[in-house]
Amino acid sequence: MAAFDEMGIASGETRPLYRQVARWLEETPPELLASRRAQAEYMFRRIGITFGVYGDKDAAERLIPFDIVPRLISQAEWRKLEAGLTQRVRALNMFLTDIYGKRAIFREPIIPPELILRNPYYRPEMIGQRAPHDIWVHIAGIDIVRVDADEFYVLEDNARTPSGVSYMLENREVTMRLLPDLFARHSVAPVDDYPDQLLACLRSVAPRLNGGEATIVILTPGAFNSAYYEHSFLADKLGVELVEGRDLFVEDDQVFMRTTLGPRRVDVIYRRVDDDFLDPLVFNPASVLGVPGLVGAYLSGNVTIANAIGTGIADDKAIYCYMPELIRFYLAEEPLLKNVPTYRCREPTSLKYVMERLDQLVVKEVNGSGGYGMLVGPHASAAQREQFGAKIVADPSNYIAQPTLALSTCPSSFDGGVASRHVDLRPFVLSGADGVRIVPGGLTRVALKEGSLVVNSSQGGGTKDTWIVDDPEDWA
Amino acid sequence: MLARTADNLFWLARSMERADYIARTIEATLRLEYLPKTDGEQVGEWEGALNAAGAHESFVEKHGELSEEAALEYLTFDLSNSSSIRNCLENARAAGRAVRTALTAETWTAINDAWLELKRFETRRRVDRALDREELMRFLDYVKKASLDFDGACYRTMLRNEAYWFNRLGVFVERADNTARLLDVKYHLLLPSTETVGGPLDYFQWVAILRAVSAATAYHWVYRDRVKPWLIADLLILKSAMPRSLISCYESIDRALDALARDDGRSGLAQRQARAMYAKLERSSMTEIFQGGLHEFITEFIEDNARLSTTISDQYLFN
Amino acid sequence: MRIRVSHQVIHRFDPPARTVNQILRRTPLSFDSQYVLRWRVDIEADGARRETEDAHGNAVTSYSHYGPMERVTISAMGEVEISDAAGIVRGAAERLPPEMYLRDSPLAQVDATLRAFAAEATSGGANPLDSMHRLMAALHEGLPHHPEEKDAAASAIEAFALRRAQARDFAHIFIACARWRGIPARFVAGYRLADGSADAGVHEWAEAYIPELGWVAFDATVPICPDDRYVRVAIGFDGQDGAMTRSAHSGGAEKVEAAIRVEQAGVQSQA
Repeated sequence: MAAFDEMGIASGETRPLYRQVARWLEETPPELLASRRAQAEYMFRRIGITFGVYGDKDAAERLIPFDIVPRLISQAEWRKLEAGLTQRVRALNMFLTDIYGKRAIFREPIIPPELILRNPYYRPEMIGQRAPHDIWVHIAGIDIVRVDADEFYVLEDNARTPSGVSYMLENREVTMRLLPDLFARHSVAPVDDYPDQLLACLRSVAPRLNGGEATIVILTPGAFNSAYYEHSFLADKLGVELVEGRDLFVEDDQVFMRTTLGPRRVDVIYRRVDDDFLDPLVFNPASVLGVPGLVGAYLSGNVTIANAIGTGIADDKAIYCYMPELIRFYLAEEPLLKNVPTYRCREPTSLKYVMERLDQLVVKEVNGSGGYGMLVGPHASAAQREQFGAKIVADPSNYIAQPTLALSTCPSSFDGGVASRHVDLRPFVLSGADGVRIVPGGLTRVALKEGSLVVNSSQGGGTKDTWIVDDPEDWA
Repeated sequence: MLARTADNLFWLARSMERADYIARTIEATLRLEYLPKTDGEQVGEWEGALNAAGAHESFVEKHGELSEEAALEYLTFDLSNSSSIRNCLENARAAGRAVRTALTAETWTAINDAWLELKRFETRRRVDRALDREELMRFLDYVKKASLDFDGACYRTMLRNEAYWFNRLGVFVERADNTARLLDVKYHLLLPSTETVGGPLDYFQWVAILRAVSAATAYHWVYRDRVKPWLIADLLILKSAMPRSLISCYESIDRALDALARDDGRSGLAQRQARAMYAKLERSSMTEIFQGGLHEFITEFIEDNARLSTTISDQYLFN
Repeated sequence: MRIRVSHQVIHRFDPPARTVNQILRRTPLSFDSQYVLRWRVDIEADGARRETEDAHGNAVTSYSHYGPMERVTISAMGEVEISDAAGIVRGAAERLPPEMYLRDSPLAQVDATLRAFAAEATSGGANPLDSMHRLMAALHEGLPHHPEEKDAAASAIEAFALRRAQARDFAHIFIACARWRGIPARFVAGYRLADGSADAGVHEWAEAYIPELGWVAFDATVPICPDDRYVRVAIGFDGQDGAMTRSAHSGGAEKVEAAIRVEQAGVQSQA
């Protein structure tokens, strides 16, 4: 299938947006490109921006591969995306407020109530509770794919603990140092104020205090977590403490951290620990990553948790396919960003449709993540499709299917030269009491294998720096 | 600052300092090889080195028989020796990683670079089974340099805040412990001024001590005299101009604890204990120390120093 | 029947704990066939205490303390008047819609073996109530009851595979099977008077939601629909969130002892 090439390689005519990049690629000899790649890797390794892959004990320290060729998006294109993302995240927050509050949506024939009531990520503890300022998803990572010049689709909403923003920031640092000329030939919207924006967002949702500044912390599962680098990176940039569960305790529904001077109250927790591990008194009793009594403190309003407890349901692929209707219901607006057409296998007609077209569709587990529990029909063998098909039939409500999208491609630099690879985009949307902020760009993820559509880092994908630039065409 | 962070910074500094000290001790012991002596005497040197590293007992438990290869291996790459150079660097990096946000980019890079280089040496060993003498010397040089880089990065790039002071505490508590142990191991060579000095072999022993603490040149600048055992003791215990002396370490420890007390607005047992130890060193003289017995003095010092370390842990709620 | 309960739990920490946090569901609430005459929960230890309600509507006492702690003693005691309603629970504060009790919960899940058992046990059931009675009977017949086993809470699947169940396991298996058959079910923790076969004390059973009747209690251990010898204290999706005590501490090592007396008020206890 023909993918949209963002630079225009396939069509033979370079888009004006990419003209400088195209020229630079032509001018730069392969050895120089190779040396830049090596420099980039060296820089990342020295920074220590490594991660661990679950279940791979030898991969103690792996780098997410970085592709030095930046990915460009025009200001005009970005403004459209921005509007669509803002709308979508607003709807998500209204949805969460509703399903944990008045449940108006249950009285409409939009979503079958049991999809929510029986969803394991719908937390009964939050029923009847209001999140401060009715903001549940403070930080959202919305995965976007592009199939044509003007067609963007939302692939997935990440509303629990979306990661990747540290790569977005470090990629920019490295690119600025490695490709200063290319950088100078464009006017690239800056991203380094993300930490400031995040800090402002977190401050805006602090519980009412008796004067003084809110104490904010980042809660991490610890150095063995695959995203640990990002946790420490953000803590550093925000100037806040990076804590683990054992550094905190709750007394009388207040959260404190254990400092050298004794306990110090904590007001906002940016948590990178999943709901289930947050509080052994309420959720998983075996968890050592959480803080006993944290939920009690949260329900008392003495601490704000970002993202709030219970947002996992908005992350859910089962809810994803209803987003367009949810946007219409809560905002009385037409969705600006499209959803990928999705077939819900729990519906018998859809199930039949899907089973007849396993070789054409991408089938995903509703509760899966990271690219696992997924079948890419066109790339799978007949045996794999049969095996997966059996799983679908055994538990249809756990699967949704989507047509294979031809993700757009853009040039990537390899040992073998420069070639087109499929990419997606994860912008980070911040929602605070004073509004929504989106840093221009986001993380571009690239599938490193030729023809592959799997961009997830845990399955060998890489990343690119994303540039929001002025498009010469816009001035014409 | 999180109690756990302070804990990690303190022990991180101790680990890097210890790695440096073990490397120097090994180097000094290797130098003594060049002197004519019996095999028994050379093996005795390795016993001394293990003692100086506080690792003799555990070595004997694990290996029983003492040989140069076994001692070298134990002190450098042995996984089961908690104070092997390898483990010191590994622990330092793990601690550094756990408290990334408290370290500057330069200090982290120093630790991480050290660890990356360690991995390279280990890989080479897996291939060649053991490092030959030349590679070993390169490795030891590298360890000393890594420790210097780290120390320098801390001194030059860290804000003078809690993180810095806990780091200094770790460095100097460890350094004091190391210098004291080194003296203790060699104490039987350091005779009271009334006794006659030993022959040429003893001279090299004493110089070996000085080299282990990079004081060979310093000695001559301070004393402008031949190497004399009681002056070595004086240099390493009471001379505040000598950076590795016990008194110099305690000057720094006292200053660090003072700074912490000022920042916190409160002073505690740790400050009092450190001040007392510093005062005791200030008013001591070598004559008194030799009269009371150098070994006794040092043993008591090592115990007091360890007690201060525990007091620091307790006071700043490391646990 | 008027029932008097005295239930004391002692948490000892040696070495002492640095912090202790607890969530207690130790206070029964009144509904049509259960009237709480008097009840109190005493916590003998320094610390902060709050009374709240959880998602199910249980009365929750939360306790927290920062600082060295050697012993926390929780004493719950009181008198409750129970009438026999053949297990029907009416007039209780229902915070969650019945459909929510169809949710999967960690300790009450089914596997192929349990599905087969549930299918067979309820086959021929004329209506939901009948099916649940059949399920209760089949469970009681099919699984040996081992009240002495003091194991940590196993899941329904584990208990069934081990062919060995305590009251809480019976409850979990019942709940798992009922839910699989599309009938909302939940976990109940409470007290029970002694009868011929069992001692008085803490007990666990299940409730199933029967259309038109409402919530009905089923105790597969006996088997019986709880009568006027049962005091209903807390409910949950399973024994994890329906537990009478959830406790966590940092530092130190914990040992727990309990002393329970459940007797008919007005009658002297013999033991």
